[in-house]
Amino acid sequence: MAGSTQKRWTSGHAKSRRGAEDPWYVRWILIVVSLGFAGIFLVLPLVNVFDQALAKGWQIAVGSLGDPDTMSAMKLTALVSAICVPLNTLFGIAAAWLIAKFEFPGKALLTTLIDLPFSVSPVVSGLLYVILFGLKGYFGPWLDRHDIQIIFAVPGIVLATIFVTFPFVARELIPLMQAQGSDQEQAALTLGATGWQTFWHVTLPSIKWGLLYGVILCTARAVGEFGAVSVVSGHITGITDTLPLRIEKLDKEYNSVAAFSIAALLAVLALLTLGLKTWLEHRQQRELDLAQTSSDSSDEH
Amino acid sequence: MSIELRNISKRFGDVAAVQNVSFKVAEGELVALLGPSGGGKTTVLRMIAGLEQPTEGDILIRGQRVNDVSVQKRNIGFVFQGYALFKTMSVADNIAFGLKIKKWPQAEINDRVAELLKLFGLDGLGKRFPHQLSGGQRQRVAIARSLAPKPSVLLLDEPFGAVDAKIRQELRDWLVHLHDELSVTTVFVTHDQEEAMEVSNRIVIFSRGNLEQIGAPQEVYERPSNEFVARFIGVLNVLELRVEHGVARLHELTFPNHGVAEGASLRIGFRPYTVQISPDLSEYRYRATLKHVYFLGVQLRLELETPSGLTLRTRITKDEFVRLGLAEDKEVSFQIREYRVLSRDGFDMSPEVSAVHQLPSIAENI
Repeated sequence: MAGSTQKRWTSGHAKSRRGAEDPWYVRWILIVVSLGFAGIFLVLPLVNVFDQALAKGWQIAVGSLGDPDTMSAMKLTALVSAICVPLNTLFGIAAAWLIAKFEFPGKALLTTLIDLPFSVSPVVSGLLYVILFGLKGYFGPWLDRHDIQIIFAVPGIVLATIFVTFPFVARELIPLMQAQGSDQEQAALTLGATGWQTFWHVTLPSIKWGLLYGVILCTARAVGEFGAVSVVSGHITGITDTLPLRIEKLDKEYNSVAAFSIAALLAVLALLTLGLKTWLEHRQQRELDLAQTSSDSSDEH
Repeated sequence: MSIELRNISKRFGDVAAVQNVSFKVAEGELVALLGPSGGGKTTVLRMIAGLEQPTEGDILIRGQRVNDVSVQKRNIGFVFQGYALFKTMSVADNIAFGLKIKKWPQAEINDRVAELLKLFGLDGLGKRFPHQLSGGQRQRVAIARSLAPKPSVLLLDEPFGAVDAKIRQELRDWLVHLHDELSVTTVFVTHDQEEAMEVSNRIVIFSRGNLEQIGAPQEVYERPSNEFVARFIGVLNVLELRVEHGVARLHELTFPNHGVAEGASLRIGFRPYTVQISPDLSEYRYRATLKHVYFLGVQLRLELETPSGLTLRTRITKDEFVRLGLAEDKEVSFQIREYRVLSRDGFDMSPEVSAVHQLPSIAENI
C-alpha cells in the first residue's frame, strides 16, 4: 500500500517532490545529524558491549555465563517471562476484545488505564507493590502472619514485571480488532458456530500476526526490565537476581567481562527481537490492510 | 419457510429503530425490504436472523415463535453487506465452515462444496483467498457459504451494494435465477427502488422505522398508499396549489379544487409519464420550453420549464422524441393527463393518494 502511494508520488506531480528539490546541503546535514546521532547513541554503545565482553577472548566471555549465580539469574528471568507473557497475552486478548467489539460505560477509562504503565516510571510501579505488599504496607502484616512473602521474593518480581509489560499485547490488538469489526464473527454465528468456535476458528487466525508481535514485545520487555524489578527484588544473589540485576551486581564487583557477557547475550536477544519485530510488522500491516479493504468496500454506500 | 413478524418494535436506547411492524413472507417468496438508510430495514432483517432481539413483538418462522431461539439454531443463511468472508480461509473452507460446525462427514462436505462451487460459477477458485477475488466473486462466495448448510431462509443485507453497476445487473439476474432454482424463502434489504422492483415478488417499504406499504412491485408503483411511497418508488412531480375563485392554481397551472376551501392549499403529485407533450403549440393547454434532455438509453428524461418558471419532469421514448421532432430549447405545449391528490390544507389525506384523477381534455377541464 505504501509502495503504491510512493510510486504515484514519484511518477506524476513534479511539484509534490519538494524533498528532492531542496538544496544538497540540507539533505547532507539531515543525513549526518541522524546517522551521527544513531551512531553515537545506539551503535557505539552496542559495539562497546560486545567489545568489552570479548576483551579477554570469547572463551572467557562464554565461560563467565556458566557461573552458577548467573545461571540462576537466567533461570529466574526465564521463569518470570514464562509466567508474565501468557498472563498478559490472555489479558491483552480479553481487553482488546472488550474494547474493540463492545460499547460499555468506562470504556475510555479502561483504554487509558491500559496505557498507565507506559506513563509511570518503572521504579514507581515497583514501589507501588512495596507499599501494597511490603512489611509496612497495606497487606504486609496479614501476609506476614500467613507466612506469604511477596516483596523481596519471586512473586514480587512477577507482579512488577506483569505491571510493566501489561500494555504490549492489548495495545497491538485493539486497533487491529477495531479495524476488523465483528462482521466475520457474526457470520460464524449465523453458520451455527458457538462463541468459542468463533473465537478459535475466526478471530484468532485473523489477529495472529498482531498477537505474535505483541507477545514478542512483551517478552523483550519482561526479559530486560530493570527498574521495577530492582525495587521489589531485594537483590539476593542466586535467588532474586534477574539477568539485568545480575549485570548491575557484576559491574559493581568490577567483573566487567562477566557483566558485559550477559549484556551481550541480552543484546543478541534484542537484535533477534528487532528482526522478528520488523518481519511481523510487515505481516501485521498486511492483516490491517486486508481488514481495511474489506471494510472500505462495505462503506461505499 | 414462512416468516411472520407480529407487532415488532426495536429500540436502541431512546432511538426507536422499528415501530410496531407486522408482515408475512410466504414460503418460497423473494421479498425486498426497501427504504432510505436509517429506515429500519436492516434492523428488521437482523431480528429475523436473531442477531438482534426485538424490544416488543413476536417473530415466527414456519408458525413457530423463534424469539428465544438463538441465531445458531434458527437455521438461516445470512449474507452480510460487506460479505464478511473469513479472510484467513480459502473459498472452499469458507463454504465448508458451516458444514464443519454442523459435523457433516468429510466426504459429504467435499461433495457439497464442489456442488456449490459449480452452481455459483466458482469452479477452480476453491483454493483462492477472499482478497484474491473480484467483488462479484466475493458476493457469490458469501451466498454459497450461507446456503451450504441448507438453511430454510436466506437473508441478504444490501447484497448488491458493494459491487459496480454493471456487475450489479448481472448479480440481480443471477439471484432471480438462483431463487427460481432453489425456491428458498428469501428476504433482502436494499435502498435501491429499481433493484427492489426488478428482483422481488413483493416489496416491504420502510421509512423511519415504520412499515409504509407492502405489495407487489406494480402495486406499490401504481397504487402507493401515501406520498412517501409515491415519491420513493419512481419520480413524482409535486405541486403546491392554492385555491382561488374555486380553482386550485399554481402560476398558470389550474386544477379542480377537490372540495378545498377558498385560500387553502392543495398538494398534488403526478408521474413523469402522465405529462403529454406536443410540438404543436395549440394541441395542449399549457406552454413550456424544453429545458434539458437527459439520455437514459431507450428512454429520455425531459425537463420542462413553463413561462412562469415552474419545472416539471417527464419521460418519453427515444422514438417518440424523434417522431415529434423535439430538441432542447424548443417550445412545446403540454398537459397533465392524470394526477393524485397528496394532501388538502396541510392534512395528510393518504387514502386519496391511490385515487387517480383524470384530466380528459382542455375544453372540459375546469
